[in-house]
Amino acid sequence: MEKLRYERPAIKKLNAGLMNKFGTRTEYAPCTHIDGVAVKDLIKEYGSPVFVISERTIRKTSQNANRAFKTRYPKVQFAWSYKTNYIDAVCNVFHQEGSWAEVVSIFEYQKAIDNGVPGNKIIFNGPEKSVADLEQAVNNGSFIHIDHFDELYDLIELTGRIKKKAKVAIRVNMDTGIYPMWDRFGFNYETGQAWNAITKIMASEYLELEGLHSHIGTFMLSTQAYSIAASKLSDLAVNIKYKYNKAIHYLDLGGGFPSANTLRGSYLPGADVIPSIDDFAEAITSTILNYGYKTEDLPLLILETGRALIDDAGYLLGSVLANKRLSDGRRATIMDFGVNILFTSFWYEHKITPAQEFSQHTEDMVMYGPLCMNIDVVRQSVNLPLLNKGDQVVVHKVGAYNMTQWMQFIAMRPKVILIDMDGKPHIIRENETVDTLRSMERKPDYLKKFKL
Amino acid sequence: MSKRKITVAVTGLNAVDSPGPGIAVIRGVKECTDFDVRIIGLSYESLEPGIYMGLCDKTYQIPYPTAGSEALLHRLAFINEKEKIDVIIPNFDAELYNFIKIAPKLKAIGINSFLPTHEQFDARDKINLYAFGQKHGFYVPRDRVIYDVHELPAIAEQFGYPIVVKGKYYEATVAQTLEQAQKAFHKLNAKWGLPIIVQEFINGTEINVAALGDGKGNTVSAVPMRKMVITDKGKAWAGITLEDQSLVDLAAKFISATKWSGGFELEIMRTMDGRPYIMEVNPRFPAWIYLTAGAGQNQPAALVKLALGEKVTPYKTYLVGKLFIRYSWDMIVDVSEFQKISAFGEL
Amino acid sequence: MKINKNIAISESGFIFNPGTGDSFSTNPIGAEIIQLLKDDKKPSEIIKVISSKYQIDGPSFEKDLEDFYSQLRDGSLTAYE
Repeated sequence: MEKLRYERPAIKKLNAGLMNKFGTRTEYAPCTHIDGVAVKDLIKEYGSPVFVISERTIRKTSQNANRAFKTRYPKVQFAWSYKTNYIDAVCNVFHQEGSWAEVVSIFEYQKAIDNGVPGNKIIFNGPEKSVADLEQAVNNGSFIHIDHFDELYDLIELTGRIKKKAKVAIRVNMDTGIYPMWDRFGFNYETGQAWNAITKIMASEYLELEGLHSHIGTFMLSTQAYSIAASKLSDLAVNIKYKYNKAIHYLDLGGGFPSANTLRGSYLPGADVIPSIDDFAEAITSTILNYGYKTEDLPLLILETGRALIDDAGYLLGSVLANKRLSDGRRATIMDFGVNILFTSFWYEHKITPAQEFSQHTEDMVMYGPLCMNIDVVRQSVNLPLLNKGDQVVVHKVGAYNMTQWMQFIAMRPKVILIDMDGKPHIIRENETVDTLRSMERKPDYLKKFKL
Repeated sequence: MSKRKITVAVTGLNAVDSPGPGIAVIRGVKECTDFDVRIIGLSYESLEPGIYMGLCDKTYQIPYPTAGSEALLHRLAFINEKEKIDVIIPNFDAELYNFIKIAPKLKAIGINSFLPTHEQFDARDKINLYAFGQKHGFYVPRDRVIYDVHELPAIAEQFGYPIVVKGKYYEATVAQTLEQAQKAFHKLNAKWGLPIIVQEFINGTEINVAALGDGKGNTVSAVPMRKMVITDKGKAWAGITLEDQSLVDLAAKFISATKWSGGFELEIMRTMDGRPYIMEVNPRFPAWIYLTAGAGQNQPAALVKLALGEKVTPYKTYLVGKLFIRYSWDMIVDVSEFQKISAFGEL
Repeated sequence: MKINKNIAISESGFIFNPGTGDSFSTNPIGAEIIQLLKDDKKPSEIIKVISSKYQIDGPSFEKDLEDFYSQLRDGSLTAYE
């Protein structure tokens, strides 16, 4: 007689006051395949844990964002935010979709150049740019977004010395009714600091003021704030036109659109509360269109959307290392991935689903990572089927920031796989090994030997 | 004429000391002489008294709002397969966002509802209420949304003490001094997070109006009530209908300004000099809604008709001096029923 | 490990503890084990029954059984020996 499928025995107290789970099966319905490739096969081939990126989802999301803006406004340009995910293969999917590059450090700048992005299609943001960095950007004709007066003076000095024109914009911070206000970046609008910077640029011989830039926050749930930002940037643009008879070429509204992840402490799931990309597009474009620009002066609209374009496309596959019961009776599940590679679990309640079929019995558990470090918690409380050692899970919407902010601590960083449009997996980043570490370390001769 | 058979699903079965409106809504709907109603109860917890009162023909558990609109839709579609629901009446503030969101999808599978829009829902949110009042010419206490305790002194100076310090979601403290206000700020911040809302204190008589708008700006019903007994949670335990055209007119003005669709409750504070301040707008029926049926304006029944797309003639008069008096009642239930609803989500 | 004799378990996996008033639900295999415990079966006998019926080896099941015992203890479903 064939043996029956085993499930671990479990009991659950029927509480009067606790949340019921009826109808929440969508939360943990198994995710067995990604773009047609079996999760089981991916883990078998590439190991566990492993990041998987869906090229199909990137292109679909990117095209949808382009549609949302381009059907509402005549001149739109997306620039891929390298810091969100700067694996070359990922960047190049965006570049194939028509995105420029938006970088915040010289190393990202070099990646963009090496990827083949023309210098005049790179936006160089951020507070850290050395004079040598600036010189390279000036020579390549890149757009330099000035963050502070020290940088502005560096640029004036540099361009005067090498006698070359620099294409610049200023980053403007402002009150858009959002808390906290990101006033540490750029020049303030309300205090007149931004106008002061503009005056200095207009008076300088070699700086060409091409655009105005703002980036009002991150994971923004208000479209109204973008409307205010667009309006304040437009106010500056119109004043520049009035005072200097110069039409500003572009307004860069930056990034900050949220993904459908659920923030920790949020009452409703992310997918239900975030405005759609169309809502953001409507708020921004209608503000600019109604601001009173002459048709020929209508600026190019640049967007540096990162998170909202890549989060959905990223998955983290992992396996159960062990189950245990805590002293207070709660079940704890230990996974082979933790905050070392899933940095975003500090602020998201990541959706996690099993990768194989289960019965309808579930249990509440704490989900831990593998680090011997108390803060390594993936989910404080998650309701999942009865997982056994070796069972596999899929963490959803992890494409943004994890593959740039991950750390090499206790465990090495895993492989990253891209599933192409035909469902074929490619390794786009190898896993680290102990040799990766060794290749960078140097031992002084006298520390090469010891006796124990 | 034979009565039409319809199936109505209702949430808010928690008829406890701070009650949900579900039971009152069910009683109103059942009293309507035009319908032969089958009631489907929708509960969140397995000890909501309404499950066991014999008023629901069948009860199903539904997922908490935190599970999201997709989970809710999924569950309601499952229930609808079995029950063929004609009208659904959600009764909790916290669940409304999701119900409004999925209303078109529910309609597509034959479930009608009659709810405010997200815009209407947001406009009356306590964070937006003052702006709303300014725009439409209502008396609304002045308030300021603050993120920093240092903003308190200037606001207090402007409003004058006492001031009301309110949490983002719940709780409010009346502060007589800056020290009390600061203490309240820190306490509410620790509990509910930022922002904190500081509101002008309004002294007067509290009156409530239950009303129903047809979504085109017309008032179908409005019944004012004054609380006669209040529990320590501030809920009415007894109340009486009032004769006051100015309150009915105020509800009508609110409906005409917002084109409100569905039921709602105005919490009003009438000052000594007679100005009606709107303190809060609850975007659904209040728990005392059965009093409207008792006073001759059966709002739950009228809402069912509106949801079904039927024409409803606005009520003109109601009985003044009708009281509702709430009471507690211990029911005897076998543990097997509790187990069934807890484990299977159906009873 | 002994289960409280007055524990009632229904076919659909409901457990009622009349001593505390608590109700529980369990999966089919849990119900089966509780029944075996009520019949005074020793752990070794339970392991034998389960591992011969289900796709699980004895040592792996023993670990889950220990954990199940701790859940029963948490629910005050066990008797003092």
